[in-house]
Amino acid sequence: MDFVRMPIGHWMNVLVDWMVDNLAPLFRGIRQVIGTLLNATEDFLQWLPWPVLLVLVALLMWRVAGWRGAVLSALGLYLVGSMELWDRAMTTLALMVSSVTLAVLIGVPLGILCAKSDRVLAVVRPMLDMMQTMPAFVYLVPALMFFGIGKVPAVFATLVFATPPSVRLTNLGIRQVPREVVEASQSFGATPWQMLVKVQLPLAMPSIMAGINQTIMLSLSMSVLSAMIAAGGLGQEVLRGLSQVNLGRSFEGGLAIVVIAMILDRMSQSWGRRKRRAA
Amino acid sequence: MRPKVRIEHLYKLFGPNPKAALEKLQREGLSKDELLRRYRHTVGLRDVSFEVNEGEVFVVMGLSGSGKSTLVRCINRLIEPTAGRIEVDGEDLTAMSAARLRDVRRKKMAMVFQSFALLPHRSVLDNVAFGLELQGMTVDERRDRARQVIKAVGLGGWEDSLPEQLSGGMQQRVGLARALAIDPDILLMDEPFSALDPLIRRDMQNELLRLQSEMKKTIIFITHDLDEAIKLGDRIAVMKDGEIRQIGTAEEILRRPADEYVAEFVQDIDPARVLTAQQIMFQPDTVVPLHAGPRTAVHVMRHHGLSSVFVLEDADRVAGIVTVDDAVQAAERDLPLRDVLRQDFPRVAPDTPLADLIPIAAQARFPIAVVEGERLLGIIVRVTVLSSLMREPVRLAAQGDSAAAASGEDGRGGAGNARR
Repeated sequence: MDFVRMPIGHWMNVLVDWMVDNLAPLFRGIRQVIGTLLNATEDFLQWLPWPVLLVLVALLMWRVAGWRGAVLSALGLYLVGSMELWDRAMTTLALMVSSVTLAVLIGVPLGILCAKSDRVLAVVRPMLDMMQTMPAFVYLVPALMFFGIGKVPAVFATLVFATPPSVRLTNLGIRQVPREVVEASQSFGATPWQMLVKVQLPLAMPSIMAGINQTIMLSLSMSVLSAMIAAGGLGQEVLRGLSQVNLGRSFEGGLAIVVIAMILDRMSQSWGRRKRRAA
Repeated sequence: MRPKVRIEHLYKLFGPNPKAALEKLQREGLSKDELLRRYRHTVGLRDVSFEVNEGEVFVVMGLSGSGKSTLVRCINRLIEPTAGRIEVDGEDLTAMSAARLRDVRRKKMAMVFQSFALLPHRSVLDNVAFGLELQGMTVDERRDRARQVIKAVGLGGWEDSLPEQLSGGMQQRVGLARALAIDPDILLMDEPFSALDPLIRRDMQNELLRLQSEMKKTIIFITHDLDEAIKLGDRIAVMKDGEIRQIGTAEEILRRPADEYVAEFVQDIDPARVLTAQQIMFQPDTVVPLHAGPRTAVHVMRHHGLSSVFVLEDADRVAGIVTVDDAVQAAERDLPLRDVLRQDFPRVAPDTPLADLIPIAAQARFPIAVVEGERLLGIIVRVTVLSSLMREPVRLAAQGDSAAAASGEDGRGGAGNARR
């Protein structure tokens, strides 16, 4: 008894081919938007003299995580520069900033929709599960077909992988607002918009921030994969090291990624915590 | 007078198709369990009707699952009723557009919640100003108003604190202030004190009574606590399984429970704690004016079979009490009534609890005068006190005991129904 062969892979190919053929203007538009955002961010970061960024980051860390965090982050950033990885780090950072910005812009509103409607949630949730569990290599291919090689498909792939936590935790945060608090604002005559802005979002903020934190971490974890489609950045160092069997080079690239990850993690986490304290 | 709130035949069914289930419920007269078993719908409210008058505290009492919370949420349509009318000032809420309903919620009614339901990220001041903010009032205006209300509920000085820095009782004061800030006609209070410690709860009940004596709002108050219902309610509705079993004053419900459920509910209540002098006294009909002579006094006492009678001056001020023996002697010696008046009768305030009246009644030789200042409001005799302790009013036979006979003759022995 043999299995009946289902040509799912074939269907997928047909679908993607059709999209490439027919939706080209759409992809061009997306490429334009992402590209503009990305280039502006990268140009700015590359233009910024490194001591300025280092001091800025140290000051921010001092505010959210105390003087130890400030000193450690300054040392870490200096280390990145002294490994001659500053430019690559800025490329990675620009990819990150663009991806995270877009992920939050898409994820939070989508999370709000999910919280407001069980039907939307029922459709969106399995999609999120798939986006997160499907190995990233799989959607690297259509990303290449839609956007060519370079940074834009990298941002696209990062979005697919990193947006789900923002959606999930926004939805969760809003749904966890106590029922009586929602009823109270209704009973005082809040419009749905007033309810969202004055009650639900502020109360959900710790959860939303936790989601954004996860989005940041996941985007960073995509940086090596992005380098495979010529997005450049620190991931490229890691890949070069691999191909040259040069552990030292890979390690330096990896270390720089860790430094950025730690700084961003501490910042976004303590922002969430501060919001929670205020809440 | 038109009632402030009128609820007519209100139904709420929970389930996939409540309208159809309602038809079956009405046509087949199913019980709550049958409806659940056969049509998979839960009964929240079943044919609830009542009226609440302006300035009245109307308490809805029931155990959990009785539908009382559903009821209060239907009144401002946090829950949509399945059928029935909700009239506020003659306007049907169930037929209102969303915009009109929002307007009513913003200006006419406000709600206080069991869990306080404050906004944790806002200061006390901005929590209290919340309703005004939704109305679109400017920051300065609404904060001014909020400050006044915060002071009125005794939270002056806490304006800038966050709710989590306050005790439960104080948080509920914020909840109350938030509701009062919009100056609503109607307050909906959903078990507002149930989450508080007993001592704090009592404070808050007294606070509410104090505020209510000044504001005269129309209050619909939900509770599962019979003591609270009796203390606060002008009238009480007892609910079970989504139906109202009885509506009446505390006294009516205690003395004449409508059915076994209500009877069981109230059986543990000690009437001595619930009833006050005002509720058990009877009206001072049998009195003698001071300007009348002793002969009139004797006549009145003989006619009513009394051994003493209160003498009034200026229509309702107590001048004293006169016994039949003294009056007879005065008549023989032609003395005015004033010369034989006695002052050694007990006086109590109208809100004296029955528990405190018992020892007084046990020792007193004369009936107890219920007075407000010098004004005689009513009279309580020993037998009234005793019979009040019993569940059912006792019809007294004429006895030697002075005024008891009087009350017995016209069937007011129970005295409970002889309110001012």
